[in-house]
Amino acid sequence: MSATERHIVRFTPYQRLLHLVMFITFLGLAATGLPILFSSTGWARTMARLIGGFEAAALLHRLFAFGMLAVFTSHVAEIGYRLVVRRERGLLWGPTSMVPQPSDAAQFWGHLKWFAGRGPRPAFDRYTYWEKFDYWAVFWGMFIIGGSGLLLWFPGFFSSWLPGWVFNVALLVHGEEALLATGFIFTIHFFNSHFRPEKFPMDMVMFTGQVAESELAEERPSEHARLVREGRLEALVAPEEPSWVSSGGRIIGGLAVAAGLVLLVFIVLGVLVE
Amino acid sequence: MLRVRLLVVFVTLAAALPGAAQPAAAPPANDDCQFCHADAGATRANGTSVAVAPEAFGASVHGAFACVDCHQDLATVELPHAERLARVACDTCHDDAVKAFASSVHAAVGAEGPTCASCHGVHDIRPSSDTASRTYALNLPATCAACHGGDHLAGGPGRVADGYIDSVHGRGLAKSGLVVSANCASCHSAHDVRRKTDPASKVHRTQIAATCTTCHQGLLAVFEGSVHGAGMANGNTAAAVCSDCHTSHWIQRSETEAWKLAVIDECGTCHVEKIATYRDTYHGQVTDLGFTRIAACKDCHGSHDILPASNPASRIAPANVADTCRTCHAGVPDNFALYDPHADKNDPERSPALYWTARFMYALLGGVFVVFGAHTLAWFPRSLQARREKRARQGGGR
Repeated sequence: MSATERHIVRFTPYQRLLHLVMFITFLGLAATGLPILFSSTGWARTMARLIGGFEAAALLHRLFAFGMLAVFTSHVAEIGYRLVVRRERGLLWGPTSMVPQPSDAAQFWGHLKWFAGRGPRPAFDRYTYWEKFDYWAVFWGMFIIGGSGLLLWFPGFFSSWLPGWVFNVALLVHGEEALLATGFIFTIHFFNSHFRPEKFPMDMVMFTGQVAESELAEERPSEHARLVREGRLEALVAPEEPSWVSSGGRIIGGLAVAAGLVLLVFIVLGVLVE
Repeated sequence: MLRVRLLVVFVTLAAALPGAAQPAAAPPANDDCQFCHADAGATRANGTSVAVAPEAFGASVHGAFACVDCHQDLATVELPHAERLARVACDTCHDDAVKAFASSVHAAVGAEGPTCASCHGVHDIRPSSDTASRTYALNLPATCAACHGGDHLAGGPGRVADGYIDSVHGRGLAKSGLVVSANCASCHSAHDVRRKTDPASKVHRTQIAATCTTCHQGLLAVFEGSVHGAGMANGNTAAAVCSDCHTSHWIQRSETEAWKLAVIDECGTCHVEKIATYRDTYHGQVTDLGFTRIAACKDCHGSHDILPASNPASRIAPANVADTCRTCHAGVPDNFALYDPHADKNDPERSPALYWTARFMYALLGGVFVVFGAHTLAWFPRSLQARREKRARQGGGR
């Protein structure tokens, strides 16, 4: 991008921080949980020993879980604040909302046609359909894995008023949903957001919070046009983030992606073994 | 019996003494024999040694006997004697041992098989209480291993002698000097060694509990009261006996980590479905990872005293199971025990909720990965093309 290129703010520092803590805790949970799920594989045994035994893994897993729960509640609290105090109705419906819109279905279909070379690329707005899927998948996962995890964390408390089969189900869904979440993030999310040729090797927007105006106009033409039309684009123009932010993001993000890919190899090996 | 026989020999010798005055009929004395055989280089025509070390013979259990007591065919011959002698008949004195040996697997092997001398030696035989004896407790394993030490005569998956040496019994013997520790003969008997498939064998399935409990006092009654012992008593020869869980030659201390983990799989060799469902639980996953501070089979079911849940005395009887849980999970409510530690996600009868949840999760995972996998695969070439087009627009620059 040229030196005269304007930089548009896409994510706030708060949102970037939540993503950072989210993926660190996610990787931590995956690293301390996957060995249990794939206990019969050699790598799982080695990893469990490296972590310091199953007790250490269990403790770290709960610490990371606490961190992720903190991210989740922080996010929900922010959304609640913006809804109730700042009355941002746009969060609930419309082009800036995470709520699926009829236009998402149309864009999904249009995107498939574009894949096949039978139509133009859809004019995406602030959030695309696959980004919304990622977002709600995390929500779903938080309830399913988080809820079952809490049941398994405090079985004595929960068993006093829940039937026994709930715990059998909780362990199963905890593992299967974890497999879905890690498998999805380490393949689909990595590709959609970072590895696809137009973004490769990594989309830095979640680290710097900024996107070049030309990139915004090309990838999300509806959003760019809307911001221009509503006269709000100028307010989002910001000086480029200092280089340590992007280089730091590149290092941390690169390590996280590498860790995810290593875990993905372990998962694939585990699925093949079991 | 042996003592009586020896007495008879001595009495016979004593009675023969006055007759020694007749030189023509006198059998050769030991000194006469030693005249030739004390020479360490004495050989037969074919070069094989016929030397009998006087010290070794003198120190042997038979050291006070005359050579001709065993080599009876030489009592009446002129020296020097023929090269081939009659086979020494040990049962002249040791008739019980020889009778037991005659019915053993060793005798059944025939000419290739071992003789008395193979284990006891020839002229240097010492009593098994003598620390220098081949059959002394500390030395017996090496004596048996002379044949059973390799892969060939191991009878089964190989190297029983190596396994024994490293077992709790072998270590007790060789490392700790515990002569009461089981050696080969303790389980297989000394002379009447029989195949484990022989119902009269001490190591036949039906006899094992009795054999092991000759040392492991008090455990026979416990075992016989258990579901395994009762099964065996009722003619179910597949019911587990000591060696099914502990192995035979590879027995380890029950405190070792390796044993605690290995015995789970031993249970699983019979209880195939139970180990599969156990491995589905956190308990089973953690032990699978190699850690032992978590429930294994024995922690809920017991070990020698395993009883079915239908028995009110069982650890897993409805009235006791919560207390069994509380041995690890201190303070949990009784409802805690409603959890099914062997729930089967593939059994809709036993675990309907788990079964249907599992189907749902498989469909969810399959659906998500198929849909998004296809989406990604279709996206990739188009994205590659878009990148090329963008570069072309930018004049080949980045």
